[in-house]
Amino acid sequence: MTREDEHIQARFAGSLGGFSLAVRFECPMQGITALFGPSGCGKTTILRCVAGLQRMAGRLRVGAETWQDDAKRLFLRPHRRPIGYVFQEAGLFRHLSVRRNLEYGLTRIAPGERRVRPDEVADLMGIQDLLERRPDRLSGGQRQRVAIARALLTSPRLLLMDEPLASLDRKSKQEILPYLERLHDELAMPVLYVSHAPDEVARLADHLVLLEAGRVRASGRLGDLRARLDLARDLGAEADAIIEAEITAHDPAYHLSYLDFSGGRFSVARIGLPIGHKVRLRVLARDVSITLQPQTDTSILNIFPALVAGLAENDAARTLVRLDLAGTPLLAGITRKSAERLQLTPGKRVYAQVKAVALVE
Amino acid sequence: MPELAGIWSPIRLTLALASITTLVLLILGTPIAWWLARSKSLWKEVVATLVALPLVLPPTVLGFYLLVALGPNGPGGWVAGRFGGHSLAFRFEGLVIGSVLYSLPFVVQPIRNAFEALGERPLEVAATLRASPWDAFWSVAVPLARPGFLTGTVLGFAHTVGEFGVVLMIGGNIPGETKVLSIAIYDYVETLQWAQAHLVAGGMLAFSFVVILTTFLLERRIGRAGTDALNHR
Repeated sequence: MTREDEHIQARFAGSLGGFSLAVRFECPMQGITALFGPSGCGKTTILRCVAGLQRMAGRLRVGAETWQDDAKRLFLRPHRRPIGYVFQEAGLFRHLSVRRNLEYGLTRIAPGERRVRPDEVADLMGIQDLLERRPDRLSGGQRQRVAIARALLTSPRLLLMDEPLASLDRKSKQEILPYLERLHDELAMPVLYVSHAPDEVARLADHLVLLEAGRVRASGRLGDLRARLDLARDLGAEADAIIEAEITAHDPAYHLSYLDFSGGRFSVARIGLPIGHKVRLRVLARDVSITLQPQTDTSILNIFPALVAGLAENDAARTLVRLDLAGTPLLAGITRKSAERLQLTPGKRVYAQVKAVALVE
Repeated sequence: MPELAGIWSPIRLTLALASITTLVLLILGTPIAWWLARSKSLWKEVVATLVALPLVLPPTVLGFYLLVALGPNGPGGWVAGRFGGHSLAFRFEGLVIGSVLYSLPFVVQPIRNAFEALGERPLEVAATLRASPWDAFWSVAVPLARPGFLTGTVLGFAHTVGEFGVVLMIGGNIPGETKVLSIAIYDYVETLQWAQAHLVAGGMLAFSFVVILTTFLLERRIGRAGTDALNHR
C-alpha cells in the first residue's frame, strides 16, 4: 500500500445559491476526522459531495479508490459508494419496523461483503429491545442510535455523520456520546464527522479540518491544531489545548489520580476509571501561567518544564504563548506585561503551571 | 315491484369500465405524477395543465374531440382498422380511452401531492443504503405515498362510475356495449320509468357515500401512523 491508499483526498469547488465553496483537504483512513466550523461554512455540503448526494466539480479519492474525477468524467452514483451516512434527523423509514429499517441496507449488499454482524451492532448501539417497534415509538436518542446501526450494517468503508447530535436535547446527547466512543474504539472504520460544537470535537475527533466560509482554514491532528496560535487567538477566552494522557496510578490517601503524558504527570481529583485507561484532557489557556523557576511554595500541583515555541499578541493587554512540553503543545494566556517582564522568546526554558484541567471523556 | 331485468347489464358494464379505467390510470398516472412531482423542467407546467384540463372543460367538448379522434377518420379509426374494425367510437374500448382522459387529474393529482410531500430526504437515505433509484422508488416512495394512491384509486373509480357527458358523446346508448348506469338513469327518466330511475339513482347515491366515507376512514388510520414521510424528533 502506498501512502495515498491510506488517505482520503478531496477537492471540491462550486457554488450553491450564492454560496461559493472551494476546498481541498486530506485526512487519514482511520479514526474520526471532524469537519468543523460555524454554521454556513459549507461542512454539510462537503459531506454530501463525498457521499455523491450533491455534485460539485472536483476529485475524490478514498483509499485506493477514486469516486469522482472530472478529468476522467468519473462520478460514482451515491448508491454505488461504500459509505454509511447518518443524517441530522435520523431519517428512519416510518413504514418499516426498526428491524426492517436495519435490514434495508444489510440486504442490499452482497453476502460476502457483510463484515458487520446485526447482533453485534444491536449490542454495540444498545437497541436489542427496540427491534419490533415502529420508528414513531422511539425517543430521539433511540432513533439516532438505530440510524447509526442501520448505516453500520452496510459495512461501509467510510462512515459519514452530519451533526448526528445536533437535533437532540442534552440528555439524549449524553446518552449517545458513549456509543460514538465505542464505535471509535471497537470498529476500525474511518469517520467523517460534521460538527459545530467544540466540546463534541474535543471528545471524539482525532483529526480536524477547520472550515470557514467555504474554505479550509487549517487541517491536521487535533492536538496540533488546537494549540496553533493563529487559530487559538480567534477563540479568545476559549483557547485551549487537548492533551492525551493515560491513567497510571490512583492515590487513595489523597484521593487523587495520576495521568502520564509525554511532558510529565498530571495529578487530578480521583477519576473513576481503571489504570491503563486513555483519556483526553482539556486545558484552557487562561488556566496556564508561566514561571522561570520551578515553584515549590505554591498550591498548584501540576508544574511542567517547557520550551516557549511561539508568542502571539491577543490584544493590547494579553499575549498567548505556545509551549512545548516534550512534544505536547500547550497554550498559556498571560498579560503582555508579564511576557515582557519574563523576556519570553521562542526557545526559552520555562515552567508551565496548570491551575485547572478538565476531562473530556 | 318495477321491472328490473334490464338493470344488471349496465351495472356489470359500469363496474367493468370503472375497474379497467382505474387500472390503466394507475399504470399511466404513476409515472406522470412522479415526473410532475420531481422534474424541474419548464414543460412540467404545460403537462400539468393538460392533465388538469378535464377538470374545467365541459365533458361535451372533450367528448366531441374524442369522437373525432376515435372515429373512422381519426387515429382511433386507424387503430381499429388494424384489428378489422373501422372505428373506436360507440365501442367499449372507446369508452375506456375517454374515461381515462376524463378521470386522469383525479388520479394524478393526489399521487403527485403524496410524492411531493415525501421530499428529497427518504430517497437520499435509500441511496446511502445502496438502493438504486428504481429500487428506492418501489421500496420507499410508493409505500410512503400510500395515502395518495388510495385517494387516487377511489376518486378515479368513483369519477368514472359517475361520468355522463363524455360517455353520451362517444358511446351512445348501446345495451351491453356502452350503456352504463348513468345513461340507464337518463333512459328511465326519458321513458318515464320513475320507479326504476329512483332505484338506480338511490343505489348510486348510497354507493358513492359508502365509498368516500370508507376512504376517509382508511386515510385517517394511515394518517395516524404518522403523516410526514420521515420521523423527525
